[in-house]
Amino acid sequence: MELKVEAKVENVDALTTAVNECLERMGCSMRSMTQIDIALDELFSNVCNYAYEGEPGHVNVRISEVQDGNAVRITLEDSGIPFDPLKQKDPDVSKSIHERAIGGLGIFMVKRTMDDVLYEYRDGLNMLTVIKSL
Amino acid sequence: MDISSTRVDDNLVVSVSGRLNTSTAPELDNELESLIAETEHLVIDFADLAYISSAGLRVVLSTQKAMNRKGGTLVIRNVKPEIMEVFEMTGFVDFLTIE
Repeated sequence: MELKVEAKVENVDALTTAVNECLERMGCSMRSMTQIDIALDELFSNVCNYAYEGEPGHVNVRISEVQDGNAVRITLEDSGIPFDPLKQKDPDVSKSIHERAIGGLGIFMVKRTMDDVLYEYRDGLNMLTVIKSL
Repeated sequence: MDISSTRVDDNLVVSVSGRLNTSTAPELDNELESLIAETEHLVIDFADLAYISSAGLRVVLSTQKAMNRKGGTLVIRNVKPEIMEVFEMTGFVDFLTIE
């Protein structure tokens, strides 16, 4: 399945609903779906907030079954500013409430919950791919 | 996402249902900001919450800090396993009161 969505944060709900329908058809477990929904929110909002200057561009989302139907691969593509979110330093999650900042927590959760997370910049496109067992 | 609030004795109980994500978190943030002024004992009920992303964690963190500043209490109630996993992974369990 392929979706083209305008990179605006208010579109994350429609995107999540569409992706969940696809995951349900694939027989995705509740736990994986919850983790994928969180990952989708983190990755999509990153693009919305940072990829495009001025007018919002688009995000292409591609979803396919992999590993003989045991896992799903989701790729988000944008033509915005080249940015590899995986290079971000992991936050220190043992810090006290006074020293806590939220920056970096989203990508950290994606890395912790997905089986694989890959970044590639090719042909003017940021391509962020996650692979997760269903 | 839907938000409703009710007073039970000294507690102001705020129930949040649906998705707490980038698009819905600002609404909860605004709602809690005004509710914090009205109570010393805030309870957030996550029984019908589908999931929480980092945008939602930001709201939970700022609410906890605001309640600490005014010397009040915040209790997070009815946390499902999937959401508990997020609180554990991010170390939020260390400073939240989860019942």
